[in-house]
Amino acid sequence: MDHDLKDLAQAAWRIRRYALRMGEVQGQGYIGQALGWADVLAVAYRHALNLRPDEPTWEGRDRFLLSHGHYAIAHYAALIEAGVIPESELETYGSDDSRLPMSGMATYTPGMEISGGSLGQGLVIGVGMALGLKQKKNPAFVYNSMSDGELDEGSTWEAAMSAAHHRLDNLICLVDINNQQADGPSSQVLGFEPLADKWAAFGWHVQRVQGNDLAAVRDAFDTARALTAAQPRVILFNTLMGKGVPLLEQREKNHFIRVDPPEWQQALQILDQSLQNPQGALA
Amino acid sequence: MNAPVAEKKRLTTSAMIASIASEGQRVQAAPFGKALVEYAATHAEVVGLTADLAKYTDLHLFAQAYPERFHQMGMAEQLLLGAAGGMAKEGLVPFATTYAVFGTRRAYDFIHQVIAEEHLNVKICCALPGLTTGYGPSHQATEDLAMMRGVPGLTIVDPCDALDITQAVPQIAAHPGPVYMRLLRGQVPLVLDEIEGYRFELGQAKMLREGADVLVISSGIMTMRALEVAADLAQDRLGVAVLHCPTIKPLDEATIVQAVGQAPRLVVVAENHSVIGGLGEAVASALLRHGVTPARFRLAGLPDAFLDAGALPTLHDRYGISREALGRRIKGWLG
Repeated sequence: MDHDLKDLAQAAWRIRRYALRMGEVQGQGYIGQALGWADVLAVAYRHALNLRPDEPTWEGRDRFLLSHGHYAIAHYAALIEAGVIPESELETYGSDDSRLPMSGMATYTPGMEISGGSLGQGLVIGVGMALGLKQKKNPAFVYNSMSDGELDEGSTWEAAMSAAHHRLDNLICLVDINNQQADGPSSQVLGFEPLADKWAAFGWHVQRVQGNDLAAVRDAFDTARALTAAQPRVILFNTLMGKGVPLLEQREKNHFIRVDPPEWQQALQILDQSLQNPQGALA
Repeated sequence: MNAPVAEKKRLTTSAMIASIASEGQRVQAAPFGKALVEYAATHAEVVGLTADLAKYTDLHLFAQAYPERFHQMGMAEQLLLGAAGGMAKEGLVPFATTYAVFGTRRAYDFIHQVIAEEHLNVKICCALPGLTTGYGPSHQATEDLAMMRGVPGLTIVDPCDALDITQAVPQIAAHPGPVYMRLLRGQVPLVLDEIEGYRFELGQAKMLREGADVLVISSGIMTMRALEVAADLAQDRLGVAVLHCPTIKPLDEATIVQAVGQAPRLVVVAENHSVIGGLGEAVASALLRHGVTPARFRLAGLPDAFLDAGALPTLHDRYGISREALGRRIKGWLG
């Protein structure tokens, strides 16, 4: 494993750990999604994004939009990892007057670019920001992080059509394909396959990779950023909910994974062991 | 065999973009487009967006003047308003146009969550407000104000004529925060220049004329109707005061309460909107909260119903908002 990948693995491990600790504070949270998306967030915040942690509204920053607001627990963990939010603040997660509400909101949290949660809004906002950046001749990227459930929303496809029409090469969409929605597997709720073909037909540059393979994730980000074609880019990440904590990976797959009170500590211990385990994350 | 009876010629459905000006009325062409072009000349942050209705909202003038600042978003209103929010987040001042039905009904959540929740600087300018097309409920925005009034922090403007629009554009552009403005486009009546000293001021109601028997509180094109009715009833020696409230939210409650409280008159709220949730209910609520109860209070608005399709003059008469129908209603209420 090269040095860069080792660094990313450690970042992903810390993001998972911060998320578990926040879940323990509240006794709940979208922890399955957070663990599944941690590798993508680690690459985004440790490798890809151009940021100034102490200046979250810096004009030159890459914009990272959390369209799936319920992934806030994962995003806060990434913002802690990036140094935007102090680690001590995770103790306030979801509490009254906290800057870290259960659903991500721009008006509450530094580094949280938009108020997501009403699903299907991130990509249309991203189109507007990407157009605005071009008008200002600002070379920053806009990343829209979204769930596969948001593929059900018509507004997602309005945005997809528009981004290609306007040749938005500064827009990168990241889709978490964990195949779980509120009412069950996405394939049963509203099937979206063949997904790569759909995005390609809409005029996007498409990559589909394993979202828990750090090398593949990093390469996909690099490819999306380096592309010279005047078209928007989407990376479809197949992920495993609960990744990194076999106890949760193996749990019956639900949109909202139940975790009993003693299991939070147990999950943290399992995660910690993976650091020492030569077959684990840092192998 | 009976001789054929000559039928009265039926009016045909007005064109979608028929002018609401009556025959011979003074008009100005495209006041919104012209005012925006003028304002944008010295404000590089202003951008224009539309959902396939530039020509029908007078935004085509902006597109011609500043092609690099104009963004055609296609017939996709959720995208239109979500992207406008994104542009505002980048420091631009987007003017987003479509028809009122599509902007408010289809894209409500995007106005609420993307734009208003972050108090973004987006100006939503929507044509065909209330009953200004004969195309039926698909195009008649009879409850847009009710929906928009429910959005926290949203400023709402219902201009009367070309003068109101011309003066409102730079004011809403300079106002920090989201604005919803009802738009009159094409050949727009010019009325308020006849009122000495009148000037549109965001947030303010203006007494346009005094009268001892009736106080009409109105917004939008119904202010024009109220002025016409006031002139008609003056022939019958009836005095009609007209208080114009082009800003629906925040409502100038102080001026309204003062006008209602100063004399015991019939109070009529006239609006080009459903009687549910518009200016009438806003005024009623304000009066009750301030402890001012007019002896008689009536709503001259559109019924809580899906309105008919047909010719606009026919429909305005049918639903009581034409000059003649409003005059008849007010005289009836006076008894």
